[in-house]
Amino acid sequence: MLKDATAIVGIGQTRFAKELTGSEVAMACEAIRAALGDAGIAASEVDCLCSYTLEPLVEIEVARNLGMREIRYFDQVGYGGGAGCAVVGHAALAVATGQARVAVAWRSRKRGSAANRPWANVGEAIEGPPAWSRPWGLLRPADEVAMMTRRYMHEYGLTRDHLANVALAQRKHANRNPDALMHDRPMSREDYFNARLISEPLCLFDNCLESDGAVACVIVSAERAVDCPEPPVYVHAFSQAISTELQPMTNFFCPDPLDGSAHTCAQTLWEHSDLTPRDVNVVQLYDAFTPLVLWSLEAYGFCARGEAGDFSSRGNLEWPDGALPVNTSGGGLSEVYIHGFNLITEGVRQIRGTSTNQVDGAGVCLVASAEGVPTSALLLRSE
Amino acid sequence: MTPHGATSTTEGRLLPVVDLYSAPFWEGTKKGKLRVQACATCGHLRFPPRPYCPACTSAEDEWHTMSGKGSIWSFVIAHPPVLDAYLAFTPYNVIVVELAEDKSIRMVGNLVSGDSNAPNSVDTSKLVVGSPVQVTFETVTEDITLPLWTLDEP
Repeated sequence: MLKDATAIVGIGQTRFAKELTGSEVAMACEAIRAALGDAGIAASEVDCLCSYTLEPLVEIEVARNLGMREIRYFDQVGYGGGAGCAVVGHAALAVATGQARVAVAWRSRKRGSAANRPWANVGEAIEGPPAWSRPWGLLRPADEVAMMTRRYMHEYGLTRDHLANVALAQRKHANRNPDALMHDRPMSREDYFNARLISEPLCLFDNCLESDGAVACVIVSAERAVDCPEPPVYVHAFSQAISTELQPMTNFFCPDPLDGSAHTCAQTLWEHSDLTPRDVNVVQLYDAFTPLVLWSLEAYGFCARGEAGDFSSRGNLEWPDGALPVNTSGGGLSEVYIHGFNLITEGVRQIRGTSTNQVDGAGVCLVASAEGVPTSALLLRSE
Repeated sequence: MTPHGATSTTEGRLLPVVDLYSAPFWEGTKKGKLRVQACATCGHLRFPPRPYCPACTSAEDEWHTMSGKGSIWSFVIAHPPVLDAYLAFTPYNVIVVELAEDKSIRMVGNLVSGDSNAPNSVDTSKLVVGSPVQVTFETVTEDITLPLWTLDEP
């Protein structure tokens, strides 16, 4: 049983910036070293390495750079933004089953410079699922999410004002987080509506940052965790999901496109948990685009399908007074975009009580990876 | 960048690679027919094409010609930055159409005026979710004819 059998005991990160000079290997090593330092565990004790398939470096690079010895379990998770919670979840499973003792999970990413954007680096001949969308000019992830957003607006009356609620809440959080790229850049509703359009109905500020950074965490058994310097953050539940006939990002071809992978993921998460959405004090929801946050609020049961726009109103997503503060570090929209791994470390800080936007008495934090692709989620708690 | 045997154009426009399972679709559009893969065992329509029927797991398939009528399920208006080949058309539309025969069969396309096949040839105010549309075709290369859509006005 995974429930509370493991805990995150260390977190670490590099500086976040538009463009960092070090290699992705060096950035990953810096974040992992910091996380091990935070956990008070030597690199030589690490025997499990988990990361994204998107990761440009392989496990052996990390192991031989940091003086790790015998690695006994390693795993990479696919589907980009859907992977984050599963990277930690798989590490937790390995530790909980005794396959490994000290696990490190990370994401290191350099994509701040325009030359590194995947959508701009495609050949002219398109294979596989994108062959059914890109030829007509549905080129970028923003276009794909915009298509789902317009449909959702049609069905449920969502407005751009609701999307702005997400962007503005997260920017406010980033303005109080010195590590955030947008720390010194306040944003008003007027700024949001004056921004250039990218793919209507989405504007610039509905899109995440393009940035460089690395984040890592350390997972050990609950027994070992109590001996670590920081209070343990228990992995209470973990789930992964692919919804019916899901086609990642362009999920237009299944019976109910708005009933995406997050809905399936949520079902498993709550089934494996002693908790309900009412027990959750703060959430970190994957936010490459503002509407994904709203859809995750619905999927994980914080409001009914179609109600997330209304739920986002009246400052409900904002620290300190909102009903459910969302992405309290600023998230991918305003802190750093590294495929959602910074949401996990912020979840850990909330449970430790060390966030710059600390929710009073936060005992339970939900972290969710991307809606719209094969995804994953974690419930973190303090005891 | 172009894989062996792939279709491409000199203009940098993105085009689909025709594979074993998609070939009947692209053969159809070349002849001005919008065809959808159907299960030869249970009749279930599926799109995009794939080896097995998700309803009954049969690998036996056949291709049904659709009426070419549908309605706009959703749409976007794309603004820069986009790939160079698409830049001259910005802001342009991309739509998803649900077919009249089966609303769970949806296809990505562009709404065009009919006089022009350009994805910006229809005023953006004409794009409305639910509007009826009719298929039309644009021959792009010897191998690829893309389905496009015009408003199906009475």
